[in-house]
Amino acid sequence: MLEYINKIKEISTKLLEEKKVDMIVGFRKGSLPMMNEPCFAKNTEDIQSFVWDSNCGINLANYLTNRKEKIGIVAKGCDSRNIVTHIIENKINRDQLTIIGVPCKGMIDRKMISDMFDSEITEVTENNGKITVKGNGFDKTLEKTEVLQENCAICIHRNPVIYDELVAKEVEEQKDVDRYEDVRNIEAMSPEDKWKTFDDLLKTCIRCYACRNACPLCYCPTCFVDEAKPQWVGKSQDPTDTRTFHFLRAFHCAGRCTDCGACVRACPMGINVRAFTKKLEKDCFELFNWEAGLSIEERPPLDTFKPGDPDEFIK
Amino acid sequence: MKVIKIDKTKWAEGLNKLRSDYQLIGPVKKDKYHDFQMLGKDQLPDVELLNTRMSPKSVVFPQSEVMLEYSLDETKEDHHIIKEVEKDASPRAVFGIRPCDAKALMLVKLNFDTSDYKDPYWIKAFEASTFIGMACDDPASTCFCTSTGCGPYNEEGLDVLMIDVGDHYLAKGITEKGEKLLKTAGWEDTSDDASLIESKKGEAEAKITSKVATENLKDKAILDLYEAPFWEDTAFSCLNCGTCTYVCPTCWCFDIQDETHGKKGIRMRNWDSCMFPLFTLHTTGHNPRETQIHRVRQRFMHKLKYFTDKYEKGIMCVGCGRCVRLCPVNIDIRTVCDKMNNYAASS
Repeated sequence: MLEYINKIKEISTKLLEEKKVDMIVGFRKGSLPMMNEPCFAKNTEDIQSFVWDSNCGINLANYLTNRKEKIGIVAKGCDSRNIVTHIIENKINRDQLTIIGVPCKGMIDRKMISDMFDSEITEVTENNGKITVKGNGFDKTLEKTEVLQENCAICIHRNPVIYDELVAKEVEEQKDVDRYEDVRNIEAMSPEDKWKTFDDLLKTCIRCYACRNACPLCYCPTCFVDEAKPQWVGKSQDPTDTRTFHFLRAFHCAGRCTDCGACVRACPMGINVRAFTKKLEKDCFELFNWEAGLSIEERPPLDTFKPGDPDEFIK
Repeated sequence: MKVIKIDKTKWAEGLNKLRSDYQLIGPVKKDKYHDFQMLGKDQLPDVELLNTRMSPKSVVFPQSEVMLEYSLDETKEDHHIIKEVEKDASPRAVFGIRPCDAKALMLVKLNFDTSDYKDPYWIKAFEASTFIGMACDDPASTCFCTSTGCGPYNEEGLDVLMIDVGDHYLAKGITEKGEKLLKTAGWEDTSDDASLIESKKGEAEAKITSKVATENLKDKAILDLYEAPFWEDTAFSCLNCGTCTYVCPTCWCFDIQDETHGKKGIRMRNWDSCMFPLFTLHTTGHNPRETQIHRVRQRFMHKLKYFTDKYEKGIMCVGCGRCVRLCPVNIDIRTVCDKMNNYAASS
């Protein structure tokens, strides 16, 4: 994936020089190992700081919401699906965008890698599918495929589904992936065990809303947890309020979530927030054969109606 | 003040002696990460841990704290009367607090304990606590305490400073509270190793290589910094989540809420964050910090400029590095501080 960056810079420079866009949204190198920072470039000089590697896990579609400029955006498979969702939901116009598609082989899980070592990681480099991790007293090379973010390991849409430029040949899509093993495990539990699982998952939540704010779907002008008139949810550390936030947010993402993993990546407490959103993603797939963000032509199942709907109550 | 030698074999024994006079608090593993918690009966604090994920500010300033209570039950004589809730103000001993976090308590104190206003909840909890610090000999790359008026052996805010010397700890009593605690624990072997502390301190300071420059901040004009063009670039990636403010040991903002369940109600305060739009939303609907840029600029201007000007105690940051490590999009206060410190307004 490292060779992509020259092509990204070349396309971005051309777009700015030809004044086809006002800005390009991409990533620049972060100040810590395994971290890149979303950034914009309005001139060709700024493009020089762009990077592309396996640490570009934040979903850039999140930076498009309600913008008025003409924008070039670097988009891996999941970002492109959220761009589609943004277009469908009128959060950005297709005409405003030049999508620089990036075929993706997955992003690495910085929390998993950090937890593998007792002391601090000071440098992480990658080359040909190998990740070399260095720190005080260790220097280890890992297979990238073994340290992918969990959502990337089971991704079946690695190539952008919508783009104007493609930086490289499409990569092979993963086949025969079991996407929902974890959801089935929870589905098989007794109600008490499910409840306990959810309680355990959320017990360290600090209500910082990093998961919500990293999510391209969470663009409501005022989120229900922030409403004051009326106030739907309490603001303390009360577990009922914390659960209400997470459950409702997941339901609000039903049929829209692309499982990009930005929520999990953003969480400072290491909570697997996807445990909630994925159940609804699975339901939408099984009930409506629906995967979010694949086409700008089709309405999502929860904002459309078909006369042939299998459920009686809706007719 | 004298220096006491605590053999590590006598550590647990001393702690146990303390348990009858103090509630013990210290870093323990909670789920995946360490946090400051009340210690269980035989539980020992993990004092040699680099640092906890959340800061110990919650020991005196919990994320959610009930302040007052009331009843709406009109059959009761005291209905609709707001009353103070009972607070446990018994002595507590906080172990394993790092010097950066202890200094942060002193910065937070500037807000909660002033000549005009005294926050009874914060002050009560603070005064009930004895803080036993642990000097840092092995900092992280994101530690920059030496450029924030702090340091790995800094004593501000601490009652005892402990130093790890292999098979034993050295404990330097800093305040009377601290000396009393050492005595209660039965740690009374004096050490003549005071010079060792100085040399270890020098070594530890030298290990902190991450620096920020703050010397020009005071002389910058507020409006020059406020209007500086770099905020657009700095703020762009910010998600406006509360991570940086919640993990920060010096962020002190809170929101007051009433919660009524049936006929019983409480008034509580919860941490709030200047990153949230609701933080400044007026009842008119007007929001003076309406956009993400406004909010990001506010956070850094408060920490690095307004605070510096108002209190003349340096910046409102102790260099613990938590916000640097935990920001989901890697906004780094060190970079922003340097930008502000080096900014020259074009006239």
